[in-house]
Amino acid sequence: MILLLRSFLVPAGSVLLAFLTGGILLFLSGSHPVEAYIALFQGAFGDLSSISRTLEKATPLIMNGLAIAFALKAGLFNIGAQGQFLFGAFAAAVAGFYVQAIPSVFHIPLAIFAGMTAGGIYGLVQGALKAFSGAHEVITGIMCNYIAINMTDYLVNHPFRDRSPGNIVARTPQILDTSRFPDVAGIPLGFIAAIIAAILVWWIVRYAVFGFEIRVVGSGINAARYSGVRIRSVLMGTMLISGALAGLGGAVETQGVVHRFQPGFNTGLGFEGITIALLGRVHPLGIIPAAILIGAMKAGAGMMQFSAGVENEIIDVIQALILFFVTADVILQKMLPGIKWAEGERLSLSTGWGGNS
Amino acid sequence: MMAVSRLRPGARGEMLCVFLWISVTACIVCSYWISPVVTVAVLSSALRQSTPLVLGAMCGLLSERSGVMNIGIEGQMLMAAFWGFLMHVWTGSLMMGVISGLAAGAFAGFLFAWMSVSMKMDQIIAGTIINILAVGLTGFFYPTGMSSAGKLKIYSVPLLSEIPLAGPVLFRMSPIVFLTICIVFLLHYCLFYSRWGLRTRATGEHPKAAATMGISVVKLRYGNIMIGGCIAGLAGAFLSLESVGVFERGMTNGRGFIALAVMIFGKWTPIGAWGAALLFGLSMSVQTQLQFDRVLSLPHQFTGMLPYLITIIVLAIFIRRNRPPASLGVSCERE
Amino acid sequence: MDGFPVLELKGISKSFHGVMANSGVDFKLKKGEIHALLGENGAGKSTLMNMICGLLQPDRGEIFIQGNRRKIQNPKIAIQLGVGMIHQHFMIVPGFTSLENIILGSEPVTRMAIDFRKARKQIAALSDQYGFSIDPDAVTEDLPVGIQQRVEIFKALYRKVGILILDEPTAVLTPQETEDLFRVMRRLARKSVSIIFITHKLREVMQIADSITVMQRGAIKGVLSPGETDEQSLARMMIGREINMISNDRSAGAGRTVFEASGLSVNSSRGFEAVSDVSFCVREGEIVGIAGIQGNGQMELSEAIAGLREIASGNIILSGKVMPALHPRKMMENGLAHIPEDRLKYGLVLPFSIAENQILCTYYRNPFARFMWRNRKAMLNNSRELMDRFDIRAGGPEESVKTLSGGNQQKVIISREFSRNSIFLLANQPTRGLDVGSIEYVHRQMLTLRDKGAGILLISSELDEILSLADSILVIYRGRLISMAGKEGADRASLGLMMTRGLEREK
Repeated sequence: MILLLRSFLVPAGSVLLAFLTGGILLFLSGSHPVEAYIALFQGAFGDLSSISRTLEKATPLIMNGLAIAFALKAGLFNIGAQGQFLFGAFAAAVAGFYVQAIPSVFHIPLAIFAGMTAGGIYGLVQGALKAFSGAHEVITGIMCNYIAINMTDYLVNHPFRDRSPGNIVARTPQILDTSRFPDVAGIPLGFIAAIIAAILVWWIVRYAVFGFEIRVVGSGINAARYSGVRIRSVLMGTMLISGALAGLGGAVETQGVVHRFQPGFNTGLGFEGITIALLGRVHPLGIIPAAILIGAMKAGAGMMQFSAGVENEIIDVIQALILFFVTADVILQKMLPGIKWAEGERLSLSTGWGGNS
Repeated sequence: MMAVSRLRPGARGEMLCVFLWISVTACIVCSYWISPVVTVAVLSSALRQSTPLVLGAMCGLLSERSGVMNIGIEGQMLMAAFWGFLMHVWTGSLMMGVISGLAAGAFAGFLFAWMSVSMKMDQIIAGTIINILAVGLTGFFYPTGMSSAGKLKIYSVPLLSEIPLAGPVLFRMSPIVFLTICIVFLLHYCLFYSRWGLRTRATGEHPKAAATMGISVVKLRYGNIMIGGCIAGLAGAFLSLESVGVFERGMTNGRGFIALAVMIFGKWTPIGAWGAALLFGLSMSVQTQLQFDRVLSLPHQFTGMLPYLITIIVLAIFIRRNRPPASLGVSCERE
Repeated sequence: MDGFPVLELKGISKSFHGVMANSGVDFKLKKGEIHALLGENGAGKSTLMNMICGLLQPDRGEIFIQGNRRKIQNPKIAIQLGVGMIHQHFMIVPGFTSLENIILGSEPVTRMAIDFRKARKQIAALSDQYGFSIDPDAVTEDLPVGIQQRVEIFKALYRKVGILILDEPTAVLTPQETEDLFRVMRRLARKSVSIIFITHKLREVMQIADSITVMQRGAIKGVLSPGETDEQSLARMMIGREINMISNDRSAGAGRTVFEASGLSVNSSRGFEAVSDVSFCVREGEIVGIAGIQGNGQMELSEAIAGLREIASGNIILSGKVMPALHPRKMMENGLAHIPEDRLKYGLVLPFSIAENQILCTYYRNPFARFMWRNRKAMLNNSRELMDRFDIRAGGPEESVKTLSGGNQQKVIISREFSRNSIFLLANQPTRGLDVGSIEYVHRQMLTLRDKGAGILLISSELDEILSLADSILVIYRGRLISMAGKEGADRASLGLMMTRGLEREK
């Protein structure tokens, strides 16, 4: 129990520090920080509808955080999760409006499967690039994100455009009712799916043979080679699953919230996923509270802008600060030297441009 | 006889480059013979398009040669583009704008250096933080509806700009483009022949060896990253004050990452990176011209994808062949 | 002149994370003497020296140079005070030329660029003064280790060194290269350079030192001169107890061939042929030793055998079957056990627990895995049993191997590899960096394994290790195996000669 508490200390401390620093920034830009934060909180947890909005915002964040955390276990920084998310959302939308006249029981999983496949394949491409060429996944991932943005933009402009009369926006038609998520006992189905996914990922990492291989590759790639782990397959398999998780996030967003694919939504997700993964200490279950926190910030941002007049982007700034304080836990430990800190996993992602994998 | 070590540009594989450039030059001369106006326009546009990439690559090169992997170039550029534009509007002076852009880039560089060198954070994460912070800060402080007071003026060198082909391309251009070429050659000379260059390369290859010889690895890395930040700042200023004329959210559009591919393609040498960026710029401007002439007709999304695709291909092919500085990514511990 | 200390340490103490590395060390160095600092791995020699050359700061104590008290906050100050150190792992930038390496940090400059001409002159002058030379334009990574070491010495001389510290300089040298080094050291001492010579090799101490300081567990055990002592008593002082040298005195039983390499050629990472047309075999119950200076193809050879490196031509045959290249798992399943050269990099996953490291090669098999899922209970039981059997001292199976001592880490690897019922052991530098007790342990385990009938290929650059363990000895030189000497025909001198010059002499 004490151990568990300790491992919460760094994330909690960094969130606190980030909000403090953000407050100073707000103060400098002429707003009232306390007022702004209260508005933010009310917007996120003020009433039932805002709580459900928070959960709604948190859902794709959990999936993205999971995707990134899972890849991190193998030492991969899947910044391309955003592109995988886009393709997932798009594929789910296509499955949602193209396939007709089948009952919900089949239509919902079908659309989910379509999203996961699309995201997974896109992730697999990036994994293969890493495994066979050694190109650093951060650069190729970001490039793939831009490609995904352009590609989906083309697809909704030309082959899959909503051609109903009166529509002038580039977007797909609405998905059919049979593929939409219902609420389960007042909680959006998507959120439940995300929780299940988190538990599943945790189980895989801890108890599956493949999970062990992933961790060996991530913690000591040379030892992995020595012990006969097929590194290329593990890298690609990891990216496949990671991409599928991101794609699932996209599908959930399409089926549960947007109900169609429209370019230009959720473009910052890749970066948010990183913050969440690290804030959750790269633990699949730690992702959930971290994602709810960021989701709450996003849900409350509107209220904050409305009643305190603060630009939405402060959320991005605070996120960057959280990310900074979480990874620079040295700072926290220097500021509060008396406390015994739990030893977090030291990340090492920048092992050079990776000529040899 | 000069001592030539393996970390300097050598003769290996340079034949291909020479061949490539001879054929490109031949094509340019041919096309100038057919249509001078179009050729000049395409070449000038290539030079302009390559400018932020070259500058970004120089920024990356400075920090990577001293052993720090810098993926925060994008963020450094963005902050500089924003701050340069803001100061330009406030003061009304373009000069002030450019200088503030440089300062913003250097400040972002300082922040990056502090995280990666002093705090010994993972360099990829430190770079990512710079990138996120740049998006957040520029978005948060962005005052909507601000308009600029003009762009940097084109400057013609008298006499020289009258030379056919070379004149209008090389000697009739905006100051930052011109400055970029100067920076490339200066940096190349310094990196391979000066004391600072020797120390930088030593730090990138074997920081401990450099430290035992009394070189302060920390100071050197700070210095290099911040100079690099200035150069990235120049790229940002180029985008907001010269190329586009206003600041737009996320206007760097991944150029900071493409610059890294350019740097790798150029084997971590300034002139190599310059050549790579020129090729990159040329392919872009030729494609635009073909599109304009309706020789090619692709949806704009596909042409928009092109630079990113090329970057991936370049990375995938050249990352193994070109040898990066040995200590990249490892933070230097003095035990 | 005589008796005046150029360097004096008084009460130096240093600890890392609460572990005492040096406690109250007093030390005196006279002008122009060669002073051996003798001690086991981990006795605190390197820590002490790092404080003299400014890489570490003492927690307590004072440093006097030429009688003046000095604070050496960074290497720059040390260089200014005339202190130069040649580290065990050379501080040479591999891609630089010798010249660039020598001037790095103290470059002569013209207004804008480095003045290479002046540097060249200075180096030529140093060559004349001290009577040995180097090629300034050679790229250092292509040079043999002995020459790289010379570049290091030049680096120090270029900075007008008065106190030269050599940290285990002979660890990577052949006997002949060691002789060369000693000649250079004597010459330097005559030119009134004072030398601290760190080592744990007793023979060398007796041969070269003017005086000897013995360290044990971070403290000084005594200061002697070679005249008043002998190897046995030095050893006792250094280790704190009697040691019984393990040796292989049983003659090998000629069993079945378990491993064979035929016509094996392997390329290095940089593309040239590192191992050329090598053939040998290892029989049941036999230890075959491959001696050689580091960098003569041992790494490539062992990686190829372990399935970690592409084979250019030839075959690897394990228990009668030709093995595919690049298939480490298949090798292990057919009976290979492997102690890799770099245990931290290859042998262990440092953040993992002992238990997880012990199943690193068998995690996917019964009883550790069933279908797709792991069986943690089996893993922990296995670990408890192995920790007991191999005497691994740690808190428990779930302790991370990162926190273990070098000896215990090696025990974890040995427990994993030796418990798999393997028939062939590939041991590459199995005792590098270990203390005497652990070396003894590793050697005993290897002999036990041999006695159980396994064949062992021992690759080592420690000639003593090869001589005491191997049943038959091969020498590797520039990627070729040049001699198949029986144990009887081998002696230090002839082996050393072959290690440096191949077969030239015999031709």
